[in-house]
Amino acid sequence: MTALPLDTANQAGPDHVPPRRPRRGLAGLGLPVYVALALVFLLIPIGYTFAFSFNDSAKSNLAWRGFTLEKWLTVCNEPGLCEAFGNSILVGVVATVLATALGTAIAIALVRYRFRFRSSISLLLFLPMATPEVVLGAGLAAQFLALGTQKGIVTVILAHTMFCISFVVVTVKARVAGLDPALEEAGRDLYGSAAQVFWRITFPLLLPGILAAALLSFALSFDDFIITNFNAGSVDTFPKFIYIAAARGIPAEANVIASAVFILAIAIVVVSQVGRAARQKRLDRLS
Amino acid sequence: MAAMGTFAEAGADLEFIDISKRFPGFTAIENLNLTIPAGSFFALLGPSGCGKTTTLRLVAGLEEPSAGRILIGGTDVTQTKSFQRPVNTVFQSYALFPHMTVLENVAFGLRRRKIDDPLGKAHEALRLVELDHVAARRPAQLSGGQQQRVALARAVVNRPALLLLDEPLGALDLKLRRQMQLELKSIQTEIGLTFLHVTHDQEEAMTMADIVAVMNKGEIEQMGAPEQLYELPRTAFVANFLGQSNLFTGPVTGSTADAITVDISGRGIVVPRTRAQRHAGEVTIGVRPEKLLLHIEAPSADAGTNVLGPGRVTDVSFSGVSTSYIVQIPGLGAVTVFAQNMVFGPVVNEGAEVWVSWTVDHGFGLEDEPAHGSRFPADSSTNAIAVQRRADLETELEGA
Repeated sequence: MTALPLDTANQAGPDHVPPRRPRRGLAGLGLPVYVALALVFLLIPIGYTFAFSFNDSAKSNLAWRGFTLEKWLTVCNEPGLCEAFGNSILVGVVATVLATALGTAIAIALVRYRFRFRSSISLLLFLPMATPEVVLGAGLAAQFLALGTQKGIVTVILAHTMFCISFVVVTVKARVAGLDPALEEAGRDLYGSAAQVFWRITFPLLLPGILAAALLSFALSFDDFIITNFNAGSVDTFPKFIYIAAARGIPAEANVIASAVFILAIAIVVVSQVGRAARQKRLDRLS
Repeated sequence: MAAMGTFAEAGADLEFIDISKRFPGFTAIENLNLTIPAGSFFALLGPSGCGKTTTLRLVAGLEEPSAGRILIGGTDVTQTKSFQRPVNTVFQSYALFPHMTVLENVAFGLRRRKIDDPLGKAHEALRLVELDHVAARRPAQLSGGQQQRVALARAVVNRPALLLLDEPLGALDLKLRRQMQLELKSIQTEIGLTFLHVTHDQEEAMTMADIVAVMNKGEIEQMGAPEQLYELPRTAFVANFLGQSNLFTGPVTGSTADAITVDISGRGIVVPRTRAQRHAGEVTIGVRPEKLLLHIEAPSADAGTNVLGPGRVTDVSFSGVSTSYIVQIPGLGAVTVFAQNMVFGPVVNEGAEVWVSWTVDHGFGLEDEPAHGSRFPADSSTNAIAVQRRADLETELEGA
């Protein structure tokens, strides 16, 4: 019999010696410089947006006219901006919750059960990801028109839920496939009812995948302009507001919101990484 | 069944009545009737794909039988859901919950049944397997042997009427496996539960179990105490799966009140009537390799002894305690002889001319219809099965 893979992993752990770093010559300088340039290129638009959120702008926000905190403090004074932002958050949260719940259930069904049209459903779920958004948006708009549905926030939520489901299914499916069915069987064997097994074993083990799917959904929904534009009617979301505002000059308040979202996202990533490192440290100490 | 807040009083009988299990495309179990007495250590032994794991899953309620009934302690549980049966399983992969501590793993079943003081009882079970000091760790931080013991504690802590063991020692190395075999056996004696142990390792089944059932192709070939199965196998499958056997086929030429004589390539071999399943026609008889004696001169004919030979030694392999000789006898093929190493080194060398003999009482006659050709190939060594299992698992993983 062979040793468990775990044993070998444990043996490899503490004795592992990192390879020596190669000496850096003149040629070795090329890579860091290249990386630095690429990062600068990527970060310039974000830096620009952040910097110009402090611009004491008047009509347009194109030229630097001096530093002010005023736009950050009175961001909702710009007519329609905060309302559009609120709509985006509402649509994002509702669509994410719906898509994550439905998508997780679909992913579990696709991996764990055998039923008719299983592979066709799997394939069809890829279509919204592969279809150009313009086509998807226009198609949906035509359907809502044919049904006589009033366009508004509900139609936007429906549209976003639809395309987010595909991403949730793909993300969660990978996680379900990696989940040993014996764990759920052990749960049932240890007197867990179907609901208890799901909430105490399946769900916690799928949670990282579900959270990743939810974050992805929210980001996609919050960001979406094309499908929203086709199906929102007179309702504005944040991307739609910016698009319309761009015609007459984007107000600095839009930069404020964009910067705030960016900072919030970075903060979430940092906090979760620090939390994970602390947890790992605690586990290492125990063993 | 599995009443809330209480433990099973003692082990319970397990009864299969006409159980069949068919999967799309193949039948795993056909018409199985089996009773496992309360408090016994029962081993289901067989090669991969013989239906033994399916049998176990039927008892646990993880599969439903296509036909038949399952009784635990006299109560019909066929329609009962897995979580309502007074049964716990030690899974082959251990299936420890990776997101819980060892202690929470062990307390899981107690909490579901709302038993008082789940953590105290979990600690107690961990002390039984000498792992209380790792209670706060996650399963991934334990070694394979420790995980196996946690899986055992997690099942035993519930005091099930019936404990199911699905090849629980398969992933451990030989030394650890021996140690765990002893521990399992002592735990079973200590708490008096009924153990149903599924394995393809014949040595493990024989050392641990009170009763062994050898399973092949969805049916039980033979069942009994380990010594009984070993000394008097009824079929060629059992004779070769449980240890090794030398098998010969020939027609019955003579018959007395207590023995039959079988013609094996011109020599009359005597088998006691009580040790032979068939007494007329073409029969297969056998003898265990360690019951054979090697002679360098033709032994004198004797009513109580069977003699074959002369033949030539074609292989000598030394294995410490004993030496195994392969003797080619013209007209018969290879005969395996195990001789204890009473002296230093082999008694005879390759190429030597030898005779083999055994006491008439050590022979046995099988009930199989003799296959074509005069010899049964020994095709079911546990090693081959282990290789097969791994291949099966790999295909399964690729398919997933």
